[in-house]
Amino acid sequence: MTIAENDWSRREVLTSTAGGLAGASLALPGSALAETRQYEALDVRLVVNGTAQAMRIDPRVSLLDLLRERLGLIGTKKGCDHGQCGACTVLVNGRRICSCLTLAVLHEGDEVTTVEGLGSRGALHPLQSAFIANDGFQCGFCTPGQICSAIGMLDEVARGEPSHVSDDLLAPVLSDPEIRERMSGNLCRCGAYPNIVAAIREAAGEMNA
Amino acid sequence: MKPFALHRASSPREAATLLTRETGARAIAGGTNLLDLMKLQIETPSLLIDINRIGLNAIEPTASGGLRIGALVRNADLAAHVTVRRDYAVLSRAIVAGASGQIRNKATTAGNLLQRTRCPYFYDRSTPCNKRSPGTGCSAIDGYSRHLAVIGGSEACIATHPSDMAVALRVLDAQVETVDAAGGVRTRALPDFYRLPGQDPQLETNHGGELVTAVNLPPPRRGRHFYRKVRDRASYAFATVSIAGIAGPDGRRLAYGGVAPMPWRDASGEGERTADRIIEATFAEARPTAQKAYKLPLLRGALRGELDA
Repeated sequence: MTIAENDWSRREVLTSTAGGLAGASLALPGSALAETRQYEALDVRLVVNGTAQAMRIDPRVSLLDLLRERLGLIGTKKGCDHGQCGACTVLVNGRRICSCLTLAVLHEGDEVTTVEGLGSRGALHPLQSAFIANDGFQCGFCTPGQICSAIGMLDEVARGEPSHVSDDLLAPVLSDPEIRERMSGNLCRCGAYPNIVAAIREAAGEMNA
Repeated sequence: MKPFALHRASSPREAATLLTRETGARAIAGGTNLLDLMKLQIETPSLLIDINRIGLNAIEPTASGGLRIGALVRNADLAAHVTVRRDYAVLSRAIVAGASGQIRNKATTAGNLLQRTRCPYFYDRSTPCNKRSPGTGCSAIDGYSRHLAVIGGSEACIATHPSDMAVALRVLDAQVETVDAAGGVRTRALPDFYRLPGQDPQLETNHGGELVTAVNLPPPRRGRHFYRKVRDRASYAFATVSIAGIAGPDGRRLAYGGVAPMPWRDASGEGERTADRIIEATFAEARPTAQKAYKLPLLRGALRGELDA
């Protein structure tokens, strides 16, 4: 096993001396040293909406903040920033996750799809069209998350993954109660839920056709 | 969020070594609970050990006819695994009763076991909490306590363990496997893995600097598997009470969530004839505050619904 003991010690020194503050910090007692410890920027490469990105970032940056603040992909929204509202939902390697509850540096090599990567003005994704056709929103703030979540959710159903309301764990069938349960991680402050369910139901039918 | 260093571990032993060596180190996999707590500065690790690329993500049959679940298997994948759905249905049911689709895609088996309580005072840094700041006192005992423990708590802490998955693992007699810095492997049943709060509610498990590597299930138990969860809204909420159960030819096994600092089971009550008597026997030592007294009739009703089903 290579723990790289020397490497670790070097990091300790680097992290505690990096930046302008730190010249004096070595002379401080241990607790003060910890207080002034700086982060060590890390390299991360990911593919966002088909485009390779390489960045050096503070490890504290969430995937959400990387998308919005570094890449300017502001379609993905920050609602609660704690995984409770689903506005930040994106697809990572095809699976829906809350981008606020993960660090960008944990996604080395991953493929990220945001609402910007789903379709274009002339060729919307079937779920985008269905949300428009069914009035699946009012203010629209939760919509990018709803749409990314619905895409991931329909894939989960297609793979046969069960939900809390599946009568038969081995053969779940998409129904309105299934859509509602499976989309419970996406809140809509305007309460457009009936139309969101209708949009997803319609798009699911079209995508299967 | 406080600054931290991040190290990408390449093996379970390397991760265990760093966890042992660095007091402020935390392993991070899905991060769905740890990052939540770090944003609130309830957790302030100096070092995060990224364990996402050290394997431990397989579900494999064991020589004894059971199942070995890697620590990093995502909750959604565990619930959807065909063997789990068929032979350990209580586990699938419990997992899909918890969190949201997005969270289950990210959260791991070990992370689910190690998630922290959602006691409102643990989360509120402006209030005393013995679990967050040992020795400061418990705000919950005389406070807003309707979600908290009715059994197994202490004068220092009445927090509940929030996991649904762990309640099913308790009824299945799962064993938690760990590795330490020297490569030593240990397994512990859940009642030995978790600790009751006593006077030290900040100590929640007995695995110290070890890294959880797997959860082992014994051979399947035949019978009807169920997980009944009662909560304040229909989905995406923690349990007020929950019951994981297997009713089969070899008798009945029951474990309870939302009621104690760890998934709760008391086999002595399981032989009673009626739901009311099972709950009475299992929770004879319960000391609910006025706000939590509703949990006992709720447990009776929930169990009646299953046993009469």
